Amino acid sequence: MTSALELRHVSKIYGSGPSEVRALSEVDLTVERGELVAVMGPSGSGKSTLLTIAGSLEEPTSGEVLVEGTELTDISRSDRAKLRRRSIGFVFQDFNLLPGLTALENVTLPLELDGTRARPAQETGLDALEALDVAEHADRFPDELSGGERQRVALARAIVGKRGLLLADEPTGALDSLNGEAVMRLLRAATRRGVAGVVVTHEAYLASWADRVVFLRDGHVVDQTLAPSGPESLLAAG
Amino acid sequence: MSVPHALLALLSEGPKYGLRLQNEFESRTGEVWPLNVGQVYTTLQRLERDGLVASEGDGERSRKRYAITAAGAEELAGWLRTPPELVPPPRDELVIKVLVALQIPGIDVREILQAHRRHVIEVMQRYTKIKAEAAEDDVPLALVADAELFRLEAIVRWLDAADARLKQLPSPTPAAPAGVPEPTRSTEVSR
Repeated sequence: MTSALELRHVSKIYGSGPSEVRALSEVDLTVERGELVAVMGPSGSGKSTLLTIAGSLEEPTSGEVLVEGTELTDISRSDRAKLRRRSIGFVFQDFNLLPGLTALENVTLPLELDGTRARPAQETGLDALEALDVAEHADRFPDELSGGERQRVALARAIVGKRGLLLADEPTGALDSLNGEAVMRLLRAATRRGVAGVVVTHEAYLASWADRVVFLRDGHVVDQTLAPSGPESLLAAG
Repeated sequence: MSVPHALLALLSEGPKYGLRLQNEFESRTGEVWPLNVGQVYTTLQRLERDGLVASEGDGERSRKRYAITAAGAEELAGWLRTPPELVPPPRDELVIKVLVALQIPGIDVREILQAHRRHVIEVMQRYTKIKAEAAEDDVPLALVADAELFRLEAIVRWLDAADARLKQLPSPTPAAPAGVPEPTRSTEVSR
């Protein structure tokens, strides 16, 4: 079975000569459908670069990026854009909902950009809103929604259609612990429905929601957690 | 966790047997803090000696039913408002290990920091899993899990700060794995 995301020996160098900055060095990372992976590391460790390269928003200097088995550098720019629209969902720190569009229109926008006709796009969009429990707010505008509802709409937009890969960059932003936890619960639930998720965060409290935590330092993957064992082992240790 | 006061709190709902106290203590702390029945009985004995609980029934300890006394209720009310001990133990094992590592020539201290960071986060993943798999309205369990999670998160923050401080030192050992060129400049590049 092909993985949802595979990075093979990915490096990214900005600039050249004395001003050269190596943001990523020989990074290998595989994420399966159904898995939530957190990427942790200090500022400047390459976390966000890893995410933008995985999402095909940026090209690696060397190495290969495969999304659902397709090697991104093997295909044309327009095919890459199509793959991005169809297969990858992004969640940003500030949710980035368009204020002039309703919740449903925000969610269906990526589908319509991709040529899906209005009626089927609406049905698919409503399914996504329903999965996140905000279908009753479909016709509201972002400023008529609470912060928590806006998060859910942004997540619905990220998972709408048949997206297999969900990429989130510090998705809990400036939210307090409980709202941050709510976002992580939703991301986890999305992966349990079969999506692969990668979330970049510097907060251990939030990273601990992931099935696996990958540690970046100076552009290198230096370590990762082992698959978490069940709660029984905690009790035995107590 | 003050087991005596937790038992007094459970008894303030009405008289109970030891076994039931053990079950209620564990279920209300989301079973994150296990308590064996022997601990329950020795604690009850001490509470009875101090006049904070009274027992009825005789013979085996498992047949005794315990009730909170007026002095016990007063003790409980006072305890709830007493600030907990916030001064940490004088020697923190993790801090000592890192300080010792700093003294040993040729050792990669940041690698040691990472080993501890990974371990702490693995424990956090287990607590979060307990929370994730519980009912969302199980408030006592979430409170207990969060208490552990925030305590562990503080350790991760200390490790992160230690890492950043050590990065500023000239490193005697290469920070990057062998065979991989070191970053020529370590400014912020990803944001």
